Amino acid sequence: MTTAPGSAPTPPRRFDLRRNSTLLAVGLMVVLVAVNALLQSNFFRPGILLSNLSTFLPLMMIAVGQCYVVLGGSIDLSLGAIVSLVNVIVVVVAETVGGIPGVAVGMVAGLAAGAACGAVNGALIALFRLQAVVTTFATSIIIGGLALMVLPQAGGALPAAYYLTYGGALLGVPFVLIVLGALIGAVVWIAGTRFHTHLLAIGGNRQGAYQTGLPVARLRVQSHALAGLMAAIGALCILGVTGAGDPLMGQAFTLGSVSAVVLGGAALAGGWGSAIGAILGGAILGLINNVIFFANIDYQYQSIVQGVIILLALAAGIFVSRKPG
Amino acid sequence: MLDRVRAAFADNPVLAIAIGIAVMLAAGQTVAPGFASLQQIAAQLAVAAILAIVAAGQGLVILSGREGIDLSVGTVMSLAALVAGNVMGGADALTLPALVAALGVGMAVGLFNGVGVAIVRIPPLVMTLGTAGVITGLLVVLTQGQTSGSASPLLQTFITSPVLAGLPGIIFVWVLLIGAIHLVLSATRFGINLYAVGSNDLAATLSGVRVRSVRIATYGLSGMLAGFGGFLLLGYTGTVFVGAGEQYILPSVIAVVIGGTSLAGGKGSYNGTALGAIFLTLLTAFLTTINIAAAERQVLYGLVLIGFMIAYGREAKGR
Repeated sequence: MTTAPGSAPTPPRRFDLRRNSTLLAVGLMVVLVAVNALLQSNFFRPGILLSNLSTFLPLMMIAVGQCYVVLGGSIDLSLGAIVSLVNVIVVVVAETVGGIPGVAVGMVAGLAAGAACGAVNGALIALFRLQAVVTTFATSIIIGGLALMVLPQAGGALPAAYYLTYGGALLGVPFVLIVLGALIGAVVWIAGTRFHTHLLAIGGNRQGAYQTGLPVARLRVQSHALAGLMAAIGALCILGVTGAGDPLMGQAFTLGSVSAVVLGGAALAGGWGSAIGAILGGAILGLINNVIFFANIDYQYQSIVQGVIILLALAAGIFVSRKPG
Repeated sequence: MLDRVRAAFADNPVLAIAIGIAVMLAAGQTVAPGFASLQQIAAQLAVAAILAIVAAGQGLVILSGREGIDLSVGTVMSLAALVAGNVMGGADALTLPALVAALGVGMAVGLFNGVGVAIVRIPPLVMTLGTAGVITGLLVVLTQGQTSGSASPLLQTFITSPVLAGLPGIIFVWVLLIGAIHLVLSATRFGINLYAVGSNDLAATLSGVRVRSVRIATYGLSGMLAGFGGFLLLGYTGTVFVGAGEQYILPSVIAVVIGGTSLAGGKGSYNGTALGAIFLTLLTAFLTTINIAAAERQVLYGLVLIGFMIAYGREAKGR
């Protein structure tokens, strides 16, 4: 694989945690699994593992999308709003068309809407050269408003077949395992493509990548569209658990996806990180929720404890892996 | 043509916003006569002052560079308003202690952000969002989802009733604050160091500026100003609900951006931010006046912001 100038990180001379930042995520993950297993005696039962996976999958999907944007030196604060919009589009279209064909049409419409929102973000950022944080914050307002226009209040439901499939099995293999396998397969495949190398290049040194002749604007639009698509897939997974429309469903996923990416070892400045790390980051956040739940912490204190643990985990990860000096 | 407009706007953000404000007033007056009356403008300025004060802190943080941003200002406002409302409990005599409590709470959160950003080096976006998450949890515990605490009549009068020349007291506080921020930025060691840190923190370090202290203090100030904003918001609404401050997060950033402060740090002043806050307040008022559903208003608001940013809030060329 050729490395584009500008992205080329100097090869590590000795073992350097910064270059192995995914290891941190793995370490955190092992600790959390141990704690979780202590608190929840049946944690390793296949049924429990699968139900955990089915609730972790949405954030994993969205975090992978966020990761590609971050690798390219950008960020998308509208992914949560995109999740909401896709959620209501799928439910409303499915109900309007009706039956199983309706679900299929709804899913296609939702995926298309997610990718389109991402592409618009990318176009505003890459073509009009707007700053990513502020732009996607502003588009999140628009997208959130659109979600409320499509479905003003939580309501509507998909046919039972939808969540029975998500929670069920295909040819004896649990469906969520297939989805996870597909996600990992896609991530590994993308990691070997030129798209990925070029994305790292523009994240590491945009000016340099541009002068090398990389189609910077096109790559940035593509990465944002991919993030929108991943958010839409995440929304489909959420529907597999809830089965119902909710225009405010996605709000928590914006911070969640950014946290997962950072926990997974990616640099928010771009040019460094891995989507596998983002998947681990998503699982870590899910496990943190589990631990809080099973530690019998009073319900109303849960979000404080969760917030504090996330901040501590981020601080620990960054403190250990940051560049010396 | 568009390019020339863009260049003119980029060079004169203040001019661009002034035009925006004039357009809003004219459009509002057309749709709803009385929109641009002096009385109505005074009322809108009082609302704008709250946003402008929060945006002042946001502006300092953005000025401090290294992707500086404070997305916790909204929850800090809610928290400060909650604390102030409960200290005050509607009693005039306790207004001042309540103000001190609001500023203190805001500053504490801000310093916490500053330590996370400057010493632990968590990216500002993640740090301040994380803090916001923790405070939101805290607010739920403290309020149990109920409205809680109340503003004293003194504070409410100060914000909503005219005291001099038809203007409420809050306007005069705002004017004082504008002067103070100018003074701090141009004539104090902290202000000069802040520009140095924001434009190049390595160079600042090498010239002997205590970069970390400057950054921590900046986030502390942002928290304190957000706390002040929460206190004023309490006076405006009379009581506090959990999400009261949230609607200020994006506008506080946008006011700074359209006011001509560079998101890269080190460049900008408060004049543009103050005008930006007035523009955003008029925009909200206009969208409320034209009587459309809340969701559509939200979409339209976002579209105008994006349009305004396309008009001139662009990064450097050659990317």
